[in-house]
Amino acid sequence: MTKNSNNQSEWPLWEVFYQPKDGKPFEHAGSVHAADAEMAMQNARDTYARRSEGIAIWVVPSDQITASTTEDEEPFFDPANDKPYRHPQFYSTPRAVKKRK
Amino acid sequence: MTEEEKREAFQERIDNGEKIEPKDWMPDRYRQQLIRMMSQHAHSEIVGMLPEGNWITRAPSLKRKMVLLAKVQDEAGHGMYLYSATETLGVRRKDLIEDYLYGSAKYSSIFNYPTLTFADICVIGWLVDGAAIVNQTMLAKSSYGPYSRANIRICREESFHKKQGYEMLAKMADGTPEQQKMAQDAVNRWWWPTLMMFGPHDEDSPNSEELIKWGVKTKTNDELRQDFVDRTVMEAKAIGITLPDSELKYNEETGHWNFGEIPWDEFWSVIKGDGPMNRERMKARRKAYEKGEWVREAAMEYARKQKLKEEKAS
Repeated sequence: MTKNSNNQSEWPLWEVFYQPKDGKPFEHAGSVHAADAEMAMQNARDTYARRSEGIAIWVVPSDQITASTTEDEEPFFDPANDKPYRHPQFYSTPRAVKKRK
Repeated sequence: MTEEEKREAFQERIDNGEKIEPKDWMPDRYRQQLIRMMSQHAHSEIVGMLPEGNWITRAPSLKRKMVLLAKVQDEAGHGMYLYSATETLGVRRKDLIEDYLYGSAKYSSIFNYPTLTFADICVIGWLVDGAAIVNQTMLAKSSYGPYSRANIRICREESFHKKQGYEMLAKMADGTPEQQKMAQDAVNRWWWPTLMMFGPHDEDSPNSEELIKWGVKTKTNDELRQDFVDRTVMEAKAIGITLPDSELKYNEETGHWNFGEIPWDEFWSVIKGDGPMNRERMKARRKAYEKGEWVREAAMEYARKQKLKEEKAS
């Protein structure tokens, strides 16, 4: 690569989340580059919410997010499988009760 | 797991229709192919703003000016979604952009053609965005999660682009003899370059087989091109526009429209950088990037000072 590569400056990366509707959970939209939080909000709005996709936006510096890794996937989420009693299907209901429904 | 076992497990996930996410293991070649393809797609969206931006001040009415402004803004947005998705593969956006401005990264051949009249803007919406939708609808099913999601979003917006172009062209084709001539002339000039957008014939496309095996693409260049021709022939008829191909003929057996041979020599020369507008487009992009340098620096400096001020105040 040539030209400006000696200049390392690039605006930091921010992850963008938006709430589609009142009462709905926030969803990840993608990311934007911005010099500060205020600009990140502006860029997030311009990039991901031009057609009223949401009613609220969060921006988070990407390097502030701690995430699970794929290698962790099994041990990390597995315990649920040996606790079937956490699910309602684990319990039986008398036939008569079911019928009434 | 050995490398070979990992590859097998990966292929199995693809064959089961699972999506690959940024932190998942993936073959190097899969990552490289995605970076190449996704950044090329992003560059194309950004270059695409140039031929259209050129007509914003000269749009025939306030309504058309507003529509065109919104469309050009969308193209910028599409470029940003795609750059953002490409960055999930562990590359810096700055490097992607510089590899394109000063290196070897490519963009779609279609943006190397000039827009001579406003009818070209109508035709770009109808044909070029129409072709882009066919391609991006397929890519919305891509095996790489972030790429698939970016394309879903893009497709939702792209149908506005296509419809506004088709509507404008229909109006022009229904106008004065002079307007009709202008509309037909633009279609004549854009038809073949649009068919080239799908890329070379399958047998001449070095990456296709691998991309399909990995579910990055789900249809071949020729299949997509045929889809596009089939749907466009009817749309042309409906507004009294002729497509400049004497071999265009409905094939009763296949249920598809046969069409003539694409001028491949022209395609390859545009790809190699010798299209009518290649040099101008690259020059405009480099100029924008270099002249924008101080803005990027100033914003960082402003953010730094604001932060200092806040720290002092607290």
